[in-house]
Amino acid sequence: MAKVAAELKYSAEHEWIAFDGSGPSVVGVSAVAAEALGDIVYVDLPEVGSTVTAGETCGEIESTKSVSDLYSPVTGEVTEINEDAVGDPALINSDPYGAGWLFKVTVESEGPLLSAQEYAEVNGGEL
Amino acid sequence: MTENYTALYEEHKKLGASFTDFGGWQMPLKYSSELAEHHAVRNAAGLFDLSHMGEVWVSGLEAGAFLDYALVGKLSAIADGKAKYSLICNADGGIIDDLIVYRFGDEKYLVVPNAGNAPTVAVALAERATAFNVKVEDASAITSLIAVQGPKAEAILLKLTAEAQHPLVTDLKYYAFNELTVAGHNVILARTGYTGEDGFELFVANDGAASLWASVAEAGAEFGIVPCGLASRDSLRLEAGMPLYGNELSLERSPFDAGLGGVVALKSKEGDFVGRSALEAAKEAGSKRKLVGLKGLGRRAGRGHYPILKDGAVVGEVTSGQPSPTLGYPVAMAYVDVEHAEIGTALDIDLRGKAEPFEVVALPFYKRQK
Repeated sequence: MAKVAAELKYSAEHEWIAFDGSGPSVVGVSAVAAEALGDIVYVDLPEVGSTVTAGETCGEIESTKSVSDLYSPVTGEVTEINEDAVGDPALINSDPYGAGWLFKVTVESEGPLLSAQEYAEVNGGEL
Repeated sequence: MTENYTALYEEHKKLGASFTDFGGWQMPLKYSSELAEHHAVRNAAGLFDLSHMGEVWVSGLEAGAFLDYALVGKLSAIADGKAKYSLICNADGGIIDDLIVYRFGDEKYLVVPNAGNAPTVAVALAERATAFNVKVEDASAITSLIAVQGPKAEAILLKLTAEAQHPLVTDLKYYAFNELTVAGHNVILARTGYTGEDGFELFVANDGAASLWASVAEAGAEFGIVPCGLASRDSLRLEAGMPLYGNELSLERSPFDAGLGGVVALKSKEGDFVGRSALEAAKEAGSKRKLVGLKGLGRRAGRGHYPILKDGAVVGEVTSGQPSPTLGYPVAMAYVDVEHAEIGTALDIDLRGKAEPFEVVALPFYKRQK
């Protein structure tokens, strides 16, 4: 069963965010979502310097079978995107909470977020 | 809708498959990674459960004449031990299903329609049989179908057959079949498939399916065989340019639109057959839209129902599309207005509001080296 990382917060749309009080926070997609999507072959991420809005689309994730919108879990400015994941989207499948992270954002405000426990209860997955 | 389970459902669960509904059947979508399964079939071998497909036996004195009437091809002309791809159309020339017909003899044929269509096809055949001296028996519920596809398929089958029967495997031509014993089971072994690779399809009684599946998996282990789900089956058949009912084929498309005019025996069959006059008219009128292959010039794939654009105007619609795991670029099949269907034509696919460049290319996208 897909892992739900306990230290992270989650959006209902399956993004995770790691809050870092001192700098930009890291955003990715959950292992539950990565597994459901299947083998990810393309990822379209927001541009560095652009503003993303909590609950709104900011990119796309394409697997062999389907395309899904990527939603931002928070509002803020994008400071960095993971070029490694753009070049090798399979990282999102193999290490969704690590090497497969997607972008960093300076958080202005949060959208409605779930704890790992709450996310796992709704979506399945193993804490 | 009732959920149907194949005789191999428990095997799939043990293997950790994720399941999907396909034509009313709970079928494995994938076991691990659909890309790994796809590459295994291209490079080694894959093992598929196709028990959701139908098996309809047609037997009796007029079996050949009946199939010539019920289907669009000249099935009476198949040689014993050979198979033929055909279509069953309605009176309007619309495609009810595509199917494969295996000829066992003058008076015995096996018709294999697609999962979701199997009951409809069985009923249509029974209805069309009333004026003929034939028996139509739907054996779908008691028959399992296992496919072994890939360059190592023959080597795996040889391990499972007695040496005296090896020529029945090695000498078997594409679209031909033999009846023999595989891993202790009486099977119909056909050199057919839906992946673009060499390979076999094995018809076996339900009570032998799990045992046969396990034997093939074990014999194939040293060759790198992996169980494969419907996700890789779809990407493999798309690369091989093979149509899928519900995507490329439907009641709304004529065989000529789909590039399957050669399957319709308007000239070689003298008598009437279901759909004949409509199909003659459709051929005479010509197609407004034709099925083409599209190669993506960027990284993003077109998907089913996405519009095809020429200079911003809609000129077609994608029927199947995804990134090709073997070729490394997106591929799609699509119906396109005939004036834009020439090989080499530059077209765009509307990818959720963004036009992405594609080019019309010949089908299939992928052809195995022989």
